[in-house]
Amino acid sequence: MASKNHDSAGAPTTGAPARPPLPGGRFAGGGSLGGQILKIALLSLFTAVGVYAALPLYVAGNWLGIAVVAAVVALVYWIYLSKRTVPAKYLLPGVLFLIAFQILPVLYTMSTSVTNLSDGHRGGKEQAIAAIEAYSVSRPEGGAEYTLTVATTGSPETGDLVFLLTDGEGNTYAGDSEGMTELSGATVDPGSGKVTEAFGYTLLTPAEVNARSGDLEDFAVPTGDGTGIRASGLSAAFEGTATRVYDEECDCITDSATGEVYHADEERGAFYNDEGQRLAQGWQVGVGFDNFARFLFNPTFAGSFFSILVWNVVFATAVTFLVFAVGLAVALTLHVPKLRGKTAYRLLVVLPYAMSSLAMYLLWRDMFNTDFGLFNQLLGTEVDWLGDPWTARAAVILANVWLGYPYMFLVATGALQAIPRELGQAAQLDGAGPWQAFRHVTLPMLMVAMTPILISTFAFNFNNFNAVWLITKGGPFSPDDPTAGATDLLITYTYRMAFSEATAQYGYAAALSVMIFLVVSVMSVVSLWRSKTLKEVD
Amino acid sequence: MAADAPGATRGSYRRSPAARFALWARRLGWRHVVMIVVAAFAIFPVLFVVSAALNPLGTLSSAQLWPTGASLANAQDLFRNTPFTTWYANSLFFAVSNAAVTVLLSALAAYAFSRMRFRGRRVGLVGLLVIQMFPQFLAIVAIYLMFSNIGEIWPVVGFDTRWGLLLVYLGGALSINTWLMKGFFDTVPKELDESAQMDGATHAQVFFRIMLPLVTPVLAIVGLLVFISTINEFLMASVFLRDTDAKTLGLGLYQLVESQRNANFGMFSVGAIMLSLPTLAVFWFLQRYITEGLTSGAVKG
Repeated sequence: MASKNHDSAGAPTTGAPARPPLPGGRFAGGGSLGGQILKIALLSLFTAVGVYAALPLYVAGNWLGIAVVAAVVALVYWIYLSKRTVPAKYLLPGVLFLIAFQILPVLYTMSTSVTNLSDGHRGGKEQAIAAIEAYSVSRPEGGAEYTLTVATTGSPETGDLVFLLTDGEGNTYAGDSEGMTELSGATVDPGSGKVTEAFGYTLLTPAEVNARSGDLEDFAVPTGDGTGIRASGLSAAFEGTATRVYDEECDCITDSATGEVYHADEERGAFYNDEGQRLAQGWQVGVGFDNFARFLFNPTFAGSFFSILVWNVVFATAVTFLVFAVGLAVALTLHVPKLRGKTAYRLLVVLPYAMSSLAMYLLWRDMFNTDFGLFNQLLGTEVDWLGDPWTARAAVILANVWLGYPYMFLVATGALQAIPRELGQAAQLDGAGPWQAFRHVTLPMLMVAMTPILISTFAFNFNNFNAVWLITKGGPFSPDDPTAGATDLLITYTYRMAFSEATAQYGYAAALSVMIFLVVSVMSVVSLWRSKTLKEVD
Repeated sequence: MAADAPGATRGSYRRSPAARFALWARRLGWRHVVMIVVAAFAIFPVLFVVSAALNPLGTLSSAQLWPTGASLANAQDLFRNTPFTTWYANSLFFAVSNAAVTVLLSALAAYAFSRMRFRGRRVGLVGLLVIQMFPQFLAIVAIYLMFSNIGEIWPVVGFDTRWGLLLVYLGGALSINTWLMKGFFDTVPKELDESAQMDGATHAQVFFRIMLPLVTPVLAIVGLLVFISTINEFLMASVFLRDTDAKTLGLGLYQLVESQRNANFGMFSVGAIMLSLPTLAVFWFLQRYITEGLTSGAVKG
């Protein structure tokens, strides 16, 4: 086959052989006029996207970004205009996406996993100092006062907070965590002095401001050396001087109100005083493998990590085994030449697979509800199914078996049909019982076809986020360990750490992701090795 | 043995009704019993959700397994009180565009892997398999942090936009599905495209005019699988889409029962059925490809 000589293919060749072994060289050059026009149109469109992408980078002065954009555009031009790069023409679109949104994030996860990145350790040291100083602003006698309108850039719930400020003369300013700039073109209500419209900002209603009161409390606009603007209530703000001031000499922050001195700790990325108390705002520093060490050696965290890991393996194994057992049993039951209503049975049995799994997980959660759920209603009980660790685990597994067995049924039916019925019959003629014939003849042949499917089902369920998050959110949580729930999988634990707790802990979450990578890789390598898939690559 | 045989044969013609029933029960009857049990297990949640959707009271506590009344009040509430049409449009946008582009990108790559021999081909194929060990959503923390910055530079692909999340989804376009497609491409005889080249067809013409029509079944099955997994995707969507109007139907339903589990259950049920309808429809139209495609090793996401 062609694979024999493919080693030389693609290498630049000198002296044209009769049939040039260029990649794709056996294809005719050129093409139809329509094809050429389409190609030119697509390349122009791509160039336009490139220019569009480069403009904001130019405005931001991000030269590295512009270089990357230019390099990608150049690469695309080279590949689609050269005649030597036929395979690349087909691979490039998918590969670009793969690199940008899968490979880069994986690498970025790895680099994040060795930092302390979290809420309170987000930016650099300067930002942390500015935030500390602005936050400590207290109200002096006769300081400047402003009428405040709270706004955001982006959506009211998640956008960055901005203070739109109106001073006594009616001048308007916009202040964010970087500093204050003049705001032109804003509409001001003459009565209250509040800004009623400003281009580029979303003004918040009082209810929306209330919803973000936590953020508002931590928010201050730095206005210069040791001064800042803070909100006082929902519609007033004042400028004052900071009680906490940074001193470069000693690399420390002194609190003039209490006299405490906080020294910078470059290893932990925060300011600490002599008693070991820290200021809330810190900065991002590398912490080496500390994040990993915490999950492996710190008694409390290692305890939850390993119990989650064990449950994770048990969950994936149990679901894989049960869906296989049920699916195969149903397939065998229907595997007879004549059975009245076979088509109807098939349709009914496959139904769970054709429903939206997301909605069905939520449905199962509600069926297990203590007060109103279907199960308690039908059984006349008042069991808190999802509140007890073992019933919650059983509930999660049950819901997944319901959703997963039809797939196994379909696959097993296909595999059974491929096995000649005569084999089983021959075994029975030789004196084997039906069970023995199945166990020693049909099942081994079936497993050949089913093993890869079982491996992928296991791998899928190992990280089946929806299965747990939508039913129990990882809970129930025991009072002595509120971070790790009884049904938590590693992925739900990671998600909660990064996106669902009061303080987001990206560094730890990234370290957990890397550990899931490692666990899954070890399992996949072992299983691929055993199924010899890698050796058959052609 | 030889002496017994005729008697046994004759005996089978003269079975009493009870014996015939016993034989039927042993051969087929138990299969009906098993299937009725399994079918009941399969349909009771579906029956419950349909009954709850029609339930005039619209609460979880009043919902019964069997419909007690029929009204469209829940559907009306869903349309009136929530941005249901926006949610639904968002869900369909992601599912359809991701499925379409993924099928295209995957087919292009599979064509190169199946029909061309080039340096790095084996590495590429094994690499695709290795990347499967790192599902994209595991890198969600990094993707979130990346897009916090990307959204500031290009707001058009930031959080709460359709294009940003679609880009992320497309990062997973080359995957095990490419393997599935490559395997199918390999079964198309090489003579077909070689003869077309003899007639002067370019590689692009061979791909679009000859290969694609011949591999429609695998395109359909990959499209179906991507469609289903996208419409049910929760993790990344929940991180990207926070704004109520940007949400997909799945996220919207989650929010609906999260806040008011009992009272909103009727609306949720209508939404759950609506979310399942596209999946049911694709299943119905593609059913003849499903068993074949599934046995070749694709996994529902």
